Amino acid sequence: MKIARLLLFAALTAIPVLAVACGGDDDDDADNGSATAPATATATEKPSGSITIYSGRGESLVKPLFEQFTKDTGIAVKVKYGDTAELAALIAEEGSKSPADVFFAQDAGALGALKATGAFEELPASITNLVPVTYRADDNSWVGVSGRARVIVYNPDLVTAEKLPNSVRDLTSATWKGKVGWAPTNASFQAFVTGLRQLEGEDGAKAWLEGMVENDVKTYKDNKAIVSAVAAGEIQLGLVNHYYLYGFLKDQGEGFKARNHYTAAGDPGSLVNLAGVGILKSAPNEVAARAFVQYLLGEAAQKYFSEQTFEYPIADGVAADSRLKPLSELQPPDLDLSDLQDLQGTLSLLRSTGVLK
Amino acid sequence: MVARFFRPRNRTAPAAIWLPGLLVVAATFIPAWYLARRSTERGWDPWARALENSAAPLMTRSLTLALVVAVASVLVAVPAAWLTTRAALPGRRGWAVLMAAPLAIPSYIMAMTVVDFLGPRGTLQGWLEPLGVERLPEIYGFWGSAFTLTAASFPYVYLVLRAAFATADVSEEEASRSLGAGPLRTFFRVVLPGMVPAIAAGVLLVVLYTLSDFGAVSTLNYDTFTRSIFVEYQTSFDRTGAAVLGAMLALVAAAILAAELTVRGRMGRRASRRQSLMRPVPLGRWKWPAAGFLALIALLSLGLPLGVLGYWLVKGLQANANFPEIGSAARHSVTMAIGGAIITVLLALPVAILAARYTSPLGALMEQAAYLTHALPGVVVALALVFFGISYARDLYQTTWMLLLAYVILFLPNALSALRASLLRQPRRLEDAGASLGRSPLRVLASVTIPLARPGMASAGLLVFLTVMKELPATLLLSPPGYDTLPGLVWSRSTDALYAGAALPALVLVGLAAIPVALLSWRGDLGSLES
Repeated sequence: MKIARLLLFAALTAIPVLAVACGGDDDDDADNGSATAPATATATEKPSGSITIYSGRGESLVKPLFEQFTKDTGIAVKVKYGDTAELAALIAEEGSKSPADVFFAQDAGALGALKATGAFEELPASITNLVPVTYRADDNSWVGVSGRARVIVYNPDLVTAEKLPNSVRDLTSATWKGKVGWAPTNASFQAFVTGLRQLEGEDGAKAWLEGMVENDVKTYKDNKAIVSAVAAGEIQLGLVNHYYLYGFLKDQGEGFKARNHYTAAGDPGSLVNLAGVGILKSAPNEVAARAFVQYLLGEAAQKYFSEQTFEYPIADGVAADSRLKPLSELQPPDLDLSDLQDLQGTLSLLRSTGVLK
Repeated sequence: MVARFFRPRNRTAPAAIWLPGLLVVAATFIPAWYLARRSTERGWDPWARALENSAAPLMTRSLTLALVVAVASVLVAVPAAWLTTRAALPGRRGWAVLMAAPLAIPSYIMAMTVVDFLGPRGTLQGWLEPLGVERLPEIYGFWGSAFTLTAASFPYVYLVLRAAFATADVSEEEASRSLGAGPLRTFFRVVLPGMVPAIAAGVLLVVLYTLSDFGAVSTLNYDTFTRSIFVEYQTSFDRTGAAVLGAMLALVAAAILAAELTVRGRMGRRASRRQSLMRPVPLGRWKWPAAGFLALIALLSLGLPLGVLGYWLVKGLQANANFPEIGSAARHSVTMAIGGAIITVLLALPVAILAARYTSPLGALMEQAAYLTHALPGVVVALALVFFGISYARDLYQTTWMLLLAYVILFLPNALSALRASLLRQPRRLEDAGASLGRSPLRVLASVTIPLARPGMASAGLLVFLTVMKELPATLLLSPPGYDTLPGLVWSRSTDALYAGAALPALVLVGLAAIPVALLSWRGDLGSLES
């Protein structure tokens, strides 16, 4: 009898939930064009006292910063952590009803994708003035908050400093056959390929990628896996972002068998990518969201990025970690890393050369 | 065959059964509905482009991997299941738990630990270094993925087979032996053919699991269909392109399911009341090799991942690493797992009753449809629910209710297979007796059928609890902001390369997921898992 009641309960719970499912098909278009639909459910807290952040940046990296923000401003923070690309897809899927106020992305490509869907509001000058023009969107829909340079990570036991290549172009030579690692699904790597296409032309980029594949380049899941593999001696060189190394050094000590090497200024290998933020047009708590973005570009947060995540601070007045080659000396190729058209071209090239299947 | 004999003719299900059943199955169509919409929103061009590009070779790669994993799982599971049900092997029950236990380890954790241990310069290479081994053969790619996925999914075949061995009709076997056939000849000529339906059911689960897996292939760098779906999101932020690939995957899965349905229909069922009355087969001098075989499996599928996690943990403790606060994550995960189990089982019940008790082809179709989501990567199912939730169930969106609905849709098949098997095993006479005494169909259900299905409900619940504990992609995307979970912690720590910090939540997760596995396999109630 108890079970019977349970069954009845189940049926009764199922009906309303699923009735919504079935009934919904009728007003199929309800989600299009209703940009003014106010977000309800999750926005019941004090409107200016709390924001929701979708963070593509790892919890262990940014959570302390978010907590400090709450301490300093009294604005509570709710965070959804996830993969940057998946969160971008999530926001696109949620459309104008997204409960998120701010999207904090690992790379400019994801910000560009959402910019293209018109998801972001235009940031006020009080925010954009804090960031050099090269590190923000042309329409001020997002701003960079920290920079990451492309470098070659190497194992100092296996490669002496003088043998290190000055350009990524050298990596297709027989010297490095089977000794180099890359992560072709990684967004920063793909940004680098986009840069390569602009500097070397479509054919040049294609030849380089094919040369790398022919040279038995080893594929890894991501930058971290490459740095680990270099330190383990699995490979000698890896194409990565600069800051992963310092996390490992902090975690495992100076004996960790990997170091960074910058290719020559102007080399396609010396790209600078950005982590950045945008505020959603639909943000339920716009004022608090702006305060948050402003905070990220303030001295405390910029220092945090420099000292805790070893990235390049973007706002003026905060120095990068002394072990890093200064941003001004890098002379990265001038690119709009959020240009979607370019991203799709890069994807096609990676597929046609067999780098991605 | 026997069962059909008792089946009363012209029975139509009462509305109280088919209505909720239909609604539940309708919910499982949300992902398919979403994929159909998204993938055609820009016409058929994206389909043509995907076909022109690499859809076909990618599908071949995915299917090859699925096939190899399925064959390997069968080769591991058949002897393991036979040894732990039929053979006179000391410590049989203990072995039975060990063989099922890898189910508690999610594929992404399995893959992480495999790379760490078996990588070219991994821990094993370190041990072998004194012997002059400079590096191990490449673990990345096809074989590494196949190994990892086999270790993670052979227990599905094992569980189904173990149930089949335990409940199979042994009279043919006895006849074969009494007619002078040796044990080996009997096994290959009589026992094994009888196991074909069970093997097929297990293979189906493994194939769907492999097709949908992302955790293992991404860590081990094998380009499969799911990986290219991810690349669509990742690189070109193209939801349409990703949906096209997702829809293709769903179509292939539908074809596989249709094939399975045909095969199953042709084979019929071999049910029996005579359960394992046969004396356990003495192993003689084969006792030690047999135990060695089981020990090797346990070592690779259980010892390796747990050993690596333990090693990370100890290293982290020594280095005073920064460990995450796991109290609330564990509480959240357990709450969702319990909630998901109860709701999924209750909602699966009407579907299972329809499939097992009423002859309408709709029942079988509904059941089969529920399996479709099994072949879809979690991200796709999650985004489908995001779209559904934000458009039609705004009040549920980003509440834990939405997460629970996702679990229902994802894991309904697991609950269904357990429930249906337990319903099919009930003697139909009792229900007929109830009906002949003038009880209404609903009262018969409430007073006879459902109470008798309780063991099946318990198994189904444990199974769902287990799978919810491990689920990552939907949990990440659909949980309310700030709602941390164990899989989420493992994911975030390992993407930040904080392995010591990942090891702690990973071990707690595996420990909690191991509870239902141990209960299920110790109780020996695996019969209810036969699908």
